[in-house]
Amino acid sequence: MALSRLSHRAIGSNLFKPFAAAAAAVSSRPISSDASLTIETSVPFTAHNCDAPSRSVATSPSELLSFFRDMALMRRMEIAADSLYKAKLIRGFCHLYDGQEAVAVGMEAAITRRDCIITAYRDHCTFLGRGGTLLEVFAELMGRRDGCSKGKGGSMHFYRKEGGFYGGHGIVGAQVPLGCGLAFAQKYSKDETVTFALYGDGAANQGQLFEALNIAALWDLPAILVCENNHFVSVLVLTLGLENSKLEYSIIALKLSFGRIKCSLGLVNTDGMGTAEWRAAKSPAYYKRGDYVPGLKMLVDGMDVLAVKQACKFAKEHALKNGPLILEMDTYRYHGHSMSDPGSTYRTRDEISGVRQERDPIERVRKLLLSHDIASEKDLKDIEKEVRKEVDDAIAKAKESPMPDPSDLFTNVYVKGLGVEAFGADRKVVRATLP
Amino acid sequence: MATLFQGLGLVTPLSSSNSFESNKLLHPSRTCRSISERKDGIFVVRSDARVSQLLKRRARTHDLLVTNAVATQGGSFVASTSKPGHELLLFEALREGLEEEMERDPCVCVMGEDVGHYGGSYKVTKDLATKFGDLRVLDTPIAENSFTGMGIGAAMTGLRPVVEGMNMGFLLLAFNQISNNCGMLHYTSGGQFKIPIVIRGPGGVGRQLGAEHSQRLESYFQSIPGIQMVACSTPYNAKGLMKAAIRSENPVILFEHVLLYNLKERIPDEEYVLSLEEAEMVRPGEHVTILTYSRMRYHVMQAAKTLVNKGYDPEVIDIRSLKPFDLHTIGNSVKKTHRVLIVEECMRTGGIGASLTAAITENFHDYLDAPVVCLSSQDVPTPYAGTLEEWTVVQPPQIVTAVEQLCQ
Repeated sequence: MALSRLSHRAIGSNLFKPFAAAAAAVSSRPISSDASLTIETSVPFTAHNCDAPSRSVATSPSELLSFFRDMALMRRMEIAADSLYKAKLIRGFCHLYDGQEAVAVGMEAAITRRDCIITAYRDHCTFLGRGGTLLEVFAELMGRRDGCSKGKGGSMHFYRKEGGFYGGHGIVGAQVPLGCGLAFAQKYSKDETVTFALYGDGAANQGQLFEALNIAALWDLPAILVCENNHFVSVLVLTLGLENSKLEYSIIALKLSFGRIKCSLGLVNTDGMGTAEWRAAKSPAYYKRGDYVPGLKMLVDGMDVLAVKQACKFAKEHALKNGPLILEMDTYRYHGHSMSDPGSTYRTRDEISGVRQERDPIERVRKLLLSHDIASEKDLKDIEKEVRKEVDDAIAKAKESPMPDPSDLFTNVYVKGLGVEAFGADRKVVRATLP
Repeated sequence: MATLFQGLGLVTPLSSSNSFESNKLLHPSRTCRSISERKDGIFVVRSDARVSQLLKRRARTHDLLVTNAVATQGGSFVASTSKPGHELLLFEALREGLEEEMERDPCVCVMGEDVGHYGGSYKVTKDLATKFGDLRVLDTPIAENSFTGMGIGAAMTGLRPVVEGMNMGFLLLAFNQISNNCGMLHYTSGGQFKIPIVIRGPGGVGRQLGAEHSQRLESYFQSIPGIQMVACSTPYNAKGLMKAAIRSENPVILFEHVLLYNLKERIPDEEYVLSLEEAEMVRPGEHVTILTYSRMRYHVMQAAKTLVNKGYDPEVIDIRSLKPFDLHTIGNSVKKTHRVLIVEECMRTGGIGASLTAAITENFHDYLDAPVVCLSSQDVPTPYAGTLEEWTVVQPPQIVTAVEQLCQ
């Protein structure tokens, strides 16, 4: 064990300092307000049956600043949602995305609003990225009328039609066939747009995913399946010294502790998200699972917003020409699977704080901004303060928003035109005609 | 009545008995709901307002009750060339409806197993792939869950897919997609997304097809909020309902029946669209209201012949709309006859008949002179052996007995 700890530390020290590499590779052009920058991603892409995109990502100071702001906003929003949940203003399910913001923000940077995104239930930040407002988010979470789904959807059902955001789905994996259907419609209408269908490593074992992938490959649909792999179990794999393929992505060597290996075997049973990955998937190389469908894996870089942007840009071009592609984003979530999961029974606080220190997406961008002199420490702190205030204001406004009217119980069951009578539970008192 | 089409005097689907027709002209006093829409050249036909013609045909003296009433080609019916319209089989009527809608709206596409190059396992989509191309008539692999999901995803963006289940029973694999995504997305998105999808396929008990291929899914789907269900039974209403379903903004599940595809009928040449929420008055009467749908309609009509000979006057309504029920038509009938018999092919437990019984009892209890009687299939998996299969489904003699008991 001592040996593995040593080796881990060695690996760890290399990996947890990606910025050194990044900083070294930076171009030394003078920076004006919107000059382009080229920044190298910390780790190269790993490709399966396709060519990997280049490590050098083109960006600009204003883009980096916007990344910082957007991710800070998302982070603050999720943390605020956490407190609201604990204050019992949000009930039921609440799946938080903090730690994974880079995926949402990087993807947005690579595509347009006419491209479609569909994801599962961890959708608050993706919704925001697609043009949703904080008020809509908090009002929906609290079940108020001003929410994006008029309070009738809840945390897992955020949608934004004008933004091309198709939700927001509670059943694991069910959004992937929907996503392929969106891609089909895009191909049908010859839109030259693509669909990103996001799912998690848990959903990667759903049969309908492979069914949909098969059809997408057969019909050449512009669908990009993105696996947001926020596993923790790589540690186990590394320790147990299993096959190479698993080692490959287990380079996320987090701090090991022997005792924890034994106890982190599927203790938390929230929707299967607490089950060790290697116990759920025979082949956890999710990007390769498409086999005949090319896959691109971004090792570690799911936390690097520039790498995400590059991969998504590449994916869009690829999908429009060659059909479906799988992206695997190695990412991490700080919270547990949902609010009912403390997230600490299968991982230690040290691990979480370790990742937070070394791989946090916002910190990375902050360091980039500082090292390139795009913004000063104070500027960034101001942005964070602004963001905090925005979130607080939105929460206050959302709290004032009224609950939905009882008649809203019956609206939007059918699209207009039925005139059917619907009854309340006791069938006598509450009677409404479905509009 | 000028705008209404000739009564189609339902061509008998029975193999050897007299053809049935409704001999009476319809009572003009029957209350009509307003015609829902009227566009150029399209007539929305009131289902109960058909004028039937008294047709001369060879009378048969024997009254053989044939079980397993099912369609046969042609029949002894004399097709006079002076009658308007054209004759076709039910699957051809479905195809006509589908084809017309696909021509009219480029957003309509069909997806299903074997619908494209093969032409459809019941020939409903024959030649459509050659006409409209592979992108509009799509052959899918055997993956119901995902291609139904894909149809729903496509519908979210505005396409109007028609998803065919080769047999309704296979759609059980897509239950999650139908229930959660198809039925509920309009609601959970606060009205942002419409799902104008049509899911159709043949179901019901066939000819010794075995338990898994003889399922009646209308009972499983009926509680899903947000969907509409219709069941067609004649070529006329098959085409009309298919067109209405495609044009509807709501998700519609169209239930066809394996044994009814070869029914022949003469339908109008002009374009017509039926209303999805209306029931069809098949035979007006005074003594008892018989509510039925799909294949059981024919068993009921056969029983009705016997009943007429025995002096009863049953009113037969093909409810067509399984969700929501056309309580308007049904209610008027109940108020007139005060006795209700429901004949359905669903299982006893939790079937359409069970819900209909509840709905009628709740709404029209005061008008009932006798409890609602519901004849349904047995709560058993459909056996393979022919005789056993016959016994699982309601047969005309049972209907006759039930009416006699009800009318005592």
